[in-house]
Amino acid sequence: MIPSKNHIGQSHRRKNAFRHLAGRGRFVTDLALPRMVHAAFVRSPMAKGNIVELDVSEAAAASGVVRVFTAETLNHTCVPWTGTLDHFAGMQSGAQNMLASNEVLWVGHPVVMILAHSRAEAEDACELVMLDIEDEDAVVDGDAALVKGTPLAAEGINSNMCFQTVLETPDLDDAFTRSAHVVEGKFTFGRHTAVTLEPRAIIADFDPSTGQLDVHHGTQTPYQFQDVYARHFGLSEGRVRVIAPDIGGSFGMKLHVYHEEMAAVAASLMLGRPVRFVADRLESFVSDIHARDHRVTARMALDAEGGILAMDVDDMTQIGAFSSYPRTSVAEGNQVIRLMGAPYQMPDYRGRLSVVFQNKVQTSQYRAVGHPIACAVTEALVDRAAELLDLDPFEIRRRNLLADDAYPHISATGYQFEKLSHQASLEKLHQMIGYEALRAEQIALRKQGIYRGIGIAPFVEITNPGAAFYGIGGARISAQDGAVIRLTPAGDVHCAISVTEQGQGTETIIAQIVADQLGVTPDQVKVTTGDTDNTPSGGATWACRGAGIGGETALRAGRKLQAQILTLAGEILQADPMHLALASGAVVDKTTGQERITLAEIGRIATYRPDTLPKGSDNSLTAAQHFAPSGYPFDFTNGIQASHVEVDIETGVTRLLKHWVVEDCGRIINPLLVDEQIRGGVVQGLGPAFFEECLYDDMGQMTNASLVDYLVPMAGEMPDIEIAHIETPTLDTILGAKGVGEAGTAAAGAAAMNAVNDALRPLGARISQTPMTPLRILTALGHV
Amino acid sequence: MKTDITLTINGDAVREAVEPRTSLADLLRDNLQLTGTHLGCEMGACGACLVMLDGAPVHACLVLAVQASGHKVETIEGLNERGLIKDLQEKFHDRNALQCGFCTNGMLMSAQALLLDNPTPSRPEIREALSGNYCRCTGYEAIVDAISATAKMRSGQAGEAS
Repeated sequence: MIPSKNHIGQSHRRKNAFRHLAGRGRFVTDLALPRMVHAAFVRSPMAKGNIVELDVSEAAAASGVVRVFTAETLNHTCVPWTGTLDHFAGMQSGAQNMLASNEVLWVGHPVVMILAHSRAEAEDACELVMLDIEDEDAVVDGDAALVKGTPLAAEGINSNMCFQTVLETPDLDDAFTRSAHVVEGKFTFGRHTAVTLEPRAIIADFDPSTGQLDVHHGTQTPYQFQDVYARHFGLSEGRVRVIAPDIGGSFGMKLHVYHEEMAAVAASLMLGRPVRFVADRLESFVSDIHARDHRVTARMALDAEGGILAMDVDDMTQIGAFSSYPRTSVAEGNQVIRLMGAPYQMPDYRGRLSVVFQNKVQTSQYRAVGHPIACAVTEALVDRAAELLDLDPFEIRRRNLLADDAYPHISATGYQFEKLSHQASLEKLHQMIGYEALRAEQIALRKQGIYRGIGIAPFVEITNPGAAFYGIGGARISAQDGAVIRLTPAGDVHCAISVTEQGQGTETIIAQIVADQLGVTPDQVKVTTGDTDNTPSGGATWACRGAGIGGETALRAGRKLQAQILTLAGEILQADPMHLALASGAVVDKTTGQERITLAEIGRIATYRPDTLPKGSDNSLTAAQHFAPSGYPFDFTNGIQASHVEVDIETGVTRLLKHWVVEDCGRIINPLLVDEQIRGGVVQGLGPAFFEECLYDDMGQMTNASLVDYLVPMAGEMPDIEIAHIETPTLDTILGAKGVGEAGTAAAGAAAMNAVNDALRPLGARISQTPMTPLRILTALGHV
Repeated sequence: MKTDITLTINGDAVREAVEPRTSLADLLRDNLQLTGTHLGCEMGACGACLVMLDGAPVHACLVLAVQASGHKVETIEGLNERGLIKDLQEKFHDRNALQCGFCTNGMLMSAQALLLDNPTPSRPEIREALSGNYCRCTGYEAIVDAISATAKMRSGQAGEAS
């Protein structure tokens, strides 16, 4: 018999992990090219002002300095960029260029670029630049930004409102009128940032003798940047190569266009030599995108039995001085208002969104775009409703979560769900956490003055986005992916694919999928990613599309090559390809499993002795396939999380005791990698719930812009995270996989906030602001 | 103005002329191309640059190269090539205790130092020992599991040998 092809679904370890464990990673920061120069930037020390004097003569004469650029000498090489999309009707943002020319718009805005033989010399020379900025009133607070008479946050805009929209069902007001109960709340979600351990890094290398621009770039989206560099610098796309090898974390942060990367490319084009920019950690805090920063007012209408009738939500999100490019800073808020109430059978809804400019670094897409805000608000209101109606948090969700047989379903906000498993997930979580025992323990411990809380949060996650995400808005962001698979002359398999690897294990799951199509082991499949010259074009890895779209692309490419190999084998063996199959590195008889000819022999004949093939045979051993989703606009996944915390009511310090996740990401390709993706995601949700916040003073100065002052989750503070799965494959693809990367982040903070409030409930206290710092908890308790 | 320093790096005698401000991390990465030692914050907070200095883990970003003169430095490349942490590396691999890999050098250094100091650490002790190692990808649990499994294996083997 043919051995079963069962690598999909198995916990294969990552082959590329060996390199990292041996200290042999190939990060952009590790690369040194001949004639390379290093960039450092003089940045605005104030949030808003006019440049009145700029003198770089002393810096230009400093030791080791190769060139000094200002807006005057650099910006003309680049077509300015504007972070708007057509389908966000009425949105506005000022045009951006590499260096500030008149106005500075936030603390950290780059003004001067200095290139030197070492980064240290470039930094030394930065000290010698004379920059005089006339201070102006900065727009710091989002609410204040909308008050009439407040100065504009930037030039090129007509108000501080970047974008406004309202999403509404016709019966919304009626639903509130006839409701038996209404719960409401105001919520504040702080600014935080990605803090990838490897900061942003780029080496732009233009060769004037060939006209070729090679860009070694720590990015998750190499094709997007190939297009950006070609268009904005007037180059032919075929002469731009973006190489993204190992990337030290990205999480959405490394797919936006940044001033410094564009400047490195511009400088390399002008100098004809490699230009390296690596942000240091202090720069990262004032130049990487920040995330979230929402103020939400929300209310929920319920019937007498606790059935959710409607939500009415107002989200104000503060995005910085401009909308980021090319994906805009509006996508986050747009998803916030569309994901509200998503897990529930909720007929009516109104969501208002106001996206506001201010003089801070821009916010934009970061892991689980919009999800944590929508989830936290929805779940906080559901818990308040449960409290009001004296229902258990599980019971109110049992009554309201979409039934598992209610699909297909369209949400009140217009999302189409193919099939989700909320009710099954809820019950699985209930068993998994030993809910009754936890409640009993909670009650017993309260008598000893120990306050523990249990919080749950179901969620819906957007994955496998198609062209509806950005393409229809005019952004040149690929909605499809591509794979080229070939059998080598020695019978090995190589797959070049457009989805990229940042440690999720993309290369491993692609090898598993391809191996199953070609009857080999994953070890026999070499996967190449992250090089626009050597892989076909595609969207790469963002918004959970690596497995669902990239995996499907690999599967279809593999099947195409399988058919080619079987056809060729049929000609060599004088057999009907229908009676042949691939297994154990060979062509076998489909019925008996008996080996007929090895893949190595096929490779040898096709490559070295095509003369022995029947006349007219196609000896191709390469298959190319592109794939774009064409079924549902997104493959939504679902799940539920639970958090168990202990709050010290004397100090306000919260201890995370345990966290649980039940997740349904469709077909699981590699359980080991999926679980670690979820755990990492959970911690990225818990970080902003308890620790992470970009703090600004009234003048718009970021006051905690270092890894000493900005708190990130560390091992000692994080709980063990238990994970269970339900598998509901999408029927839109052969593979059936959906995404999983944002799931952990989507609901962790919501579960945690519900848990903290559950702990505080007997004390009559409640918190609705993140991060839930000890001071804020003490304030909620009335202690300060 | 450069200063001559001599030190032992991964068992090899190294003589270099460095500026007084050159950090040990920059010496390793820029002068010697030992790029396994990573820089995440350059202020001793993230742990990506940990190396062994005379057998104890130190932040290579906070040690000046001239301070390391006359001392023994071991980097991830040295530990790897000497096979000293093969078991740790295998457990990290089994447990997928790394994703992007940028923190991994520092994690292995901390783990090795912990296990030499405390061969049978509890999970809270492991988490405590990693309190200066930042990882953005894994959520830490896999790393704790890998170190715990290595400790069990090492202490088990020691038991059999004795």
